Amino acid sequence: MAELIRVGMSEIAVSRSPDVLVAIGLGSCVGVCFYDPVLKYGGMAHVMLPDSAQILGTGAEITKPGKFVDTALPEMLKKMTEMGALASRLEVKIVGGAQMFNFNGGNDKLQIGPRNVEAIEKMLEKMNLKLVAKNTGGNHGRSVRFDLATGTVTVKMLNSPDIII
Amino acid sequence: MGLLDLTPLQKDVIKEVSNIGAAHAATVLHQLLHEKVSMTVPEVSVVALSDICEVLGQPEDPMIGVYLRVFGDAPSKILYLFPREEALFLAGLLLTEEDRQDNGDTLGELEVSALKEIGNILTGAYVYAFSSFTGLNMLSSVPALTYDMVGAILNTVLVDLGATDDYALLIETKLRACEVNITGHFFLVPDPGTLAIILDALGVKGQWPNSSGSACPK
Repeated sequence: MAELIRVGMSEIAVSRSPDVLVAIGLGSCVGVCFYDPVLKYGGMAHVMLPDSAQILGTGAEITKPGKFVDTALPEMLKKMTEMGALASRLEVKIVGGAQMFNFNGGNDKLQIGPRNVEAIEKMLEKMNLKLVAKNTGGNHGRSVRFDLATGTVTVKMLNSPDIII
Repeated sequence: MGLLDLTPLQKDVIKEVSNIGAAHAATVLHQLLHEKVSMTVPEVSVVALSDICEVLGQPEDPMIGVYLRVFGDAPSKILYLFPREEALFLAGLLLTEEDRQDNGDTLGELEVSALKEIGNILTGAYVYAFSSFTGLNMLSSVPALTYDMVGAILNTVLVDLGATDDYALLIETKLRACEVNITGHFFLVPDPGTLAIILDALGVKGQWPNSSGSACPK
């Protein structure tokens, strides 16, 4: 029986075929999908912010590694390799990172979407993982459905047809 | 100590001050609509960020969001959410028939502008009341608007709270214009650190720490 696993903001989930991982309502957040096509294992992280360094020194602890790009990606890789997936085989797809609100004048703090995407691409390069597809940016929200039986990622948007990557 | 440790008294005080703000906003909405406007008692809730998408039911339902930042002594965010038809009705009140450009898919420029203005007016009333009651200096930004999945709107507005906390404090009021059946959701979300300032201004800070991670913006 295929199970539908919901991945909420700041969460990381890993599973195997035929389960489906879903993140609903991605705005500036990004859904990062890792897939091992041989074992049909997959993981999804619903990351919120580009960099955990911004909270260092504030006394706050990182209670959820899934929040930040630089902590979520290594954590998900660890979970996947623990299951038996091979890092060299992993295919990565990313979805989200929109800029939903446009203030006149612009404000760095509100550009979190594009900054998330940039941070993810850098991090993937550093971790030697290959990005095979992405659907990012723009100014609209997305929902993402990651089917572990096939490795396909379906992106759903308001007022436009689904995109499969 | 985190958001989950708020005492019932503290929540009540937040509720009361929000009530005063929302009442002013409702009065203004009434003047705008010439309709009877009712409002719910504000609900103060602490929601895990991972559940944020679902606070308004179906996260994929389309809604119009008007978003403003509040600057000054108590930095916060303000978000209005309206279903599309109701938002268009509201906008229509400020527009003449030939001004209307809505074509069913995208919102017309004038509709967007009218809705932003309504957001501006309501926020002005809310912030003014909140500010005179607490003695905190507050100033709102220009509004921004989007029409999208409600989950994605909430997700984007609340994302930066994640830097310091796993929870968000939401103060929600529902405004309802009875005769014309308009329901809007109004959220006030204090920035990290702001809650301490508000509680302090209201004399119920108690053991609450000066900030929940980030430094107090004084």
